[in-house]
Amino acid sequence: MALAVGNTMALALGKHTQMTLLNLSWKNLSNKPLTMLLSLVLFALGVGLISFLLLVNHQINEKFEKNLAGIDLVIGAKGSPLQLILSSMYHIDAPTGNIPIKGVMPYLNPKNPFIKSAIPLSLGDSYRGYRIVGTTANFLELYQAKVRTGRSFKAIMEVLAGATAAQELGLKVGSTFQSSHGLIEDDNLVHEGHAFKVVGIMQPTGASIDQLLLTPAQSIWEVHEHAGMGAAPAVEETEEAEHEHEDEEHAAEDSIAENHAESTEQVNGIALTNQEQDHQNDDEAPHEQDEAHHLKSILEYPDKEITALLLQFNGHNITTLNLQRMINQNTSMQAATPAIEITRLYSLMGVGQDALRWLAFIIMGVSGLSIFISLFSSLRDRRYELALMRTMGASPGKLFAMIIMEGLLLAIFGYIIGLLISHGGMELLAGEMKAAYRYTFTGRTFLVEEGYLLLGALAVGFVAAVIPAIQARNTDISETLAEG
Amino acid sequence: MLTTKQLQFSYTRHQVMNFPDFNLQKGEHWLLLGQSGSGKTTLLHLLGGLLSPTSGSIQIGTTELGQLRASALDQFRGKNIGIVFQKSHFVRALNIGENLALAQQLAGLKPNRGRIIELLERLNIGDKLRLKPDRLSIGEQQRAAIARALINQAPIILADEPTSALDDYNATEVINLLEEQAKALGSTLLVVTHDKRLKDRFPNQIAL
Repeated sequence: MALAVGNTMALALGKHTQMTLLNLSWKNLSNKPLTMLLSLVLFALGVGLISFLLLVNHQINEKFEKNLAGIDLVIGAKGSPLQLILSSMYHIDAPTGNIPIKGVMPYLNPKNPFIKSAIPLSLGDSYRGYRIVGTTANFLELYQAKVRTGRSFKAIMEVLAGATAAQELGLKVGSTFQSSHGLIEDDNLVHEGHAFKVVGIMQPTGASIDQLLLTPAQSIWEVHEHAGMGAAPAVEETEEAEHEHEDEEHAAEDSIAENHAESTEQVNGIALTNQEQDHQNDDEAPHEQDEAHHLKSILEYPDKEITALLLQFNGHNITTLNLQRMINQNTSMQAATPAIEITRLYSLMGVGQDALRWLAFIIMGVSGLSIFISLFSSLRDRRYELALMRTMGASPGKLFAMIIMEGLLLAIFGYIIGLLISHGGMELLAGEMKAAYRYTFTGRTFLVEEGYLLLGALAVGFVAAVIPAIQARNTDISETLAEG
Repeated sequence: MLTTKQLQFSYTRHQVMNFPDFNLQKGEHWLLLGQSGSGKTTLLHLLGGLLSPTSGSIQIGTTELGQLRASALDQFRGKNIGIVFQKSHFVRALNIGENLALAQQLAGLKPNRGRIIELLERLNIGDKLRLKPDRLSIGEQQRAAIARALINQAPIILADEPTSALDDYNATEVINLLEEQAKALGSTLLVVTHDKRLKDRFPNQIAL
């Protein structure tokens, strides 16, 4: 459409004397460049704002839906449930705090019949702005992420890097780096002496996992418990290190470890008792200790802390439905449902978006009004011209069409400029938004809705032109000419 | 070529204008004289098909104007009647050449650049082809308006006070041009005026 118009305009602007209606309308508009500019700017602003909102909305929704990844419940420290979801699933907010593994033992147990998978997350560290996530290998399964080069992490301090993170940080298999405390880049908070080693890089998934550096949960504990104590020794040391005090700056400050013991028992029917847990652990322990670098199950560290636990249920029933309420009421932890929180987030953002959308429609309305006023006032100046055209043989219908065409031309040009603004702006902002949210946005996609927006723009142009056009059609030739 | 019979027109019920019958032959040049307010312009608009008479008839060639439908009348006027107005107006967004091309096109003819240039040169404003109308002097504008009236080689040329806004020199020039060009095309020319300077130029005169 835009191309076709462009071609026609190129012809029209040539030296050729053939005077098409389109040509004539264009000359009339361009004869008053400032008036045309005002109408165009207003129109482009309205179109641009609407198209920008559509783009942002569409891309955010897409990202959020991809990241839901079938997670039914997230357990973490008390605080804002939205914050818990954002930090543990979307990796865009600070974590709410830490929870003791003891408190979530029942859900981590692979024999729990209600739980399909339980994935622990330890958050709080980063490398040059990219978050390091301590977790287990089944985190990858959530997002159907695959290893592209190298392998997944198998031992402490090994890192599997997300595609975007690896690319942006220039990490390759074999690269080493030191993490820094906190989620923003800060040279003063580097954990010196603990080098992470990249052992693999994942394929891009389009989900937030692309932005992450994955490592065993044990690595995070290791880094914090041996802060400033030199190079990381082997796995065994982590067990002894349990009683060393926490890094003061760590999110673990928020720890709510105190209450964990009684809470598990109160929680629900799902919980196996701590004793049963301990038995299982004892059985497995010797076997695992044979291999120095083989990771122990996270169940082996009941006194350690994690930031959040992502749960997928084996189907939904009364027990799983009640689980969230029971955790929230009976323990010092909180459980949040991603789908509910995201819906809540949409409705929160929705207020701002609604306001912006209304603003955009008002601008569209005002631009329509400005087209109407400029056409209407130009008609007063052009009355004699119109009468003259009638004496030269133009039918009333031709004058009507000419004015309508002027309205439509303004709408089409305004639409094109508006789209250039929104997509160009998106492309420009993409860099900044990426730095802020670690999400990639693009201005190079076009939406179906923007097709409807064109129809809307044409409708505004037509409506704005229709009254002036009727006036032009009804020009009384004799009376106008007699006035001179 | 141009014949009127019992032409009557009224703007309001009380004020009825009656116009004399006349019959102009092909190639004749006539002057229609009258004071302001005598209905000169009204008559010219009736003859040009810009107004419809209350009663009576106007015949141009073999065509009865009253019998043409609206759009057919527009086309007929564009092709057969060239009109020069008291003040020359143009489509301001277009240059002189484009204005003439528009006149050709609106009459349903193909724009003929060669003819436009030739005509402008003959009227001594060949160099104004690409200028916007408001860049021309009043005398030049009136010539360009004459060029527009002549461009389609219309058999009837109507001129409404073509000289009243001009000084003596330009008035003589313009009326000379009108006569010359009408003669060259073999068109019937009717000049409507109260300008006494023109009285002696035309042997054929109608008084209102």
